[in-house]
Amino acid sequence: MNLTLRIWRQRGPEDRGAMVTYELADVSPDMSFLEMLDVLNERLILEGEDPVAFDHDCREGICGMCGMVINGQAHGPRDRTTTCQLHMREFADGDVIDVEPWRAAAFPVMRDLVVDRSGFDRIIGSGGYISVVTGSAPEAHSTPVPKPIADAAFDNATCIGCGACVAACPNGSAMLFTSAKVTHLNLLPQGAPERESRVRDMVAQMDEEGFGGCTNTGECTVACPKGIPLTSIGNLNREYLRALTKR
Amino acid sequence: MAVTGAVMLLYLLVHMLGNLKIFYGRESFDEYAHWLRSIGVPALHGAWFLWLMRAVLTVAVVLHATSAYQLSRRDLKARPQKYSHRQRLEASYAVNTMRYGGIIIALFIIYHLLDFTALTLNRNGVEGAAYDNVVSSFSVWWVTLFYIIAMLALGLHIHHGFWSAARTLGVHSAAREKNLKIGATVLAVLIAAGFMVVPIAVLAGLVD
Ligand code: HEM
Ligand code: SF4
Ligand code: FES
Repeated sequence: MNLTLRIWRQRGPEDRGAMVTYELADVSPDMSFLEMLDVLNERLILEGEDPVAFDHDCREGICGMCGMVINGQAHGPRDRTTTCQLHMREFADGDVIDVEPWRAAAFPVMRDLVVDRSGFDRIIGSGGYISVVTGSAPEAHSTPVPKPIADAAFDNATCIGCGACVAACPNGSAMLFTSAKVTHLNLLPQGAPERESRVRDMVAQMDEEGFGGCTNTGECTVACPKGIPLTSIGNLNREYLRALTKR
Repeated sequence: MAVTGAVMLLYLLVHMLGNLKIFYGRESFDEYAHWLRSIGVPALHGAWFLWLMRAVLTVAVVLHATSAYQLSRRDLKARPQKYSHRQRLEASYAVNTMRYGGIIIALFIIYHLLDFTALTLNRNGVEGAAYDNVVSSFSVWWVTLFYIIAMLALGLHIHHGFWSAARTLGVHSAAREKNLKIGATVLAVLIAAGFMVVPIAVLAGLVD
């Protein structure tokens, strides 16, 4: 396949940045999107140019590092698929592909396609944990959890913190991410001791980081590679109201 | 946003049903308009109930608009840069017109109050003659047109607003998702259509 790539290039946080066009020939349809960028980068290095900076780690869809907006869609055109798991066969020979970083005030661009997602870490730090007795692992059956609750908690636990929800949201809101974490932990008995403070503190931190307010547009859940549902946001609000009325 | 929206929604439902009394004729409608001014008598004095209602609605409208403004400012700030490739938007038309639609509705309410409550813009403008006042306004095609546009905006606004408010207030869950969506559509169509039949009937000569 022969492709025309238009990629956001920005030297550093202060640089203004611009879309730069590259022609890439002989792309295999079996390459992943990131492998295609690797090929481009090898060529750029040989030509003495700076390679395109992008985040990645596991390349198997579980770490959440590889976020980028491809043709206006977070993680590209394939549903429930991270960029690293997206293959070039989703595109056609001769396609023009626009590649941009996540856009949100709370995710400043560091370089090219790399954004600073540490705001998510601070939201987790404010309440996305449980207090446990350290030492040897507890007996698994000591705390029984009903199956439907375990399933719902697990569905929400699949959030990989990639930030696609923020990138897709016209308000740059982090509600889907935060709601997935709150729902996951607040459903389980292990999360019960911090149930109220968790939701209060995580929402406060989310606001503090400069994420936008949720208007229930629903772009987030469509972009989410793990299919976190909008109902998690309803649950976050319910937990929040509950915590407000409880001391 | 959700609570004030719910207050206004409740009012609109009652208001819409009340308006339909116009189909029972001049006397019935004027009597109804008069009754609005005397609800609660003798427990309450004169038009106290009406004024109470006006106060509640004014507070609701002002708070609703203020939080809409604050929310919009925050959201525009959180997303300062657009994508150069147009985003594929999944959201419905209703979602994307909440801000402009809200402004149209606000302008409409001002016009509407000057027309039917203050009577300054009303062509008939006779206090107590609600029926004739309504007919005189809607006999003008562009008043009716503006009215219909505003009601379409209102329908869209309610369509997203109702469902969104359900989520904000946490009454929304996976099991209720479908029913809430249906409820939002039914409410939006009912209210918009209920308000629209009156001016259309006037223009069509069914009410004169
Ligand atoms: C067929 C449609 C409608 C008709 C015929 C109608 C008619 C009227 C009339 C005659 C009044 C004056 C009542 C009185 O005598 O005190 C009134 C008041 C009012 N209407 Fe409507 N209306 C319609 C739709 C709407 C809609 C869609 C809205 C809201 C967006 C609305 C908001 C109001 C408000 C806020 C008042 C003022 C209540 C007050 O007196 O404080 N109306 N309407
Ligand atoms: S909710 Fe989905 S899109 Fe958002 S961070 Fe988690 S996995 Fe990524
Ligand atoms: S690189 Fe880990 S999810 Fe894509």
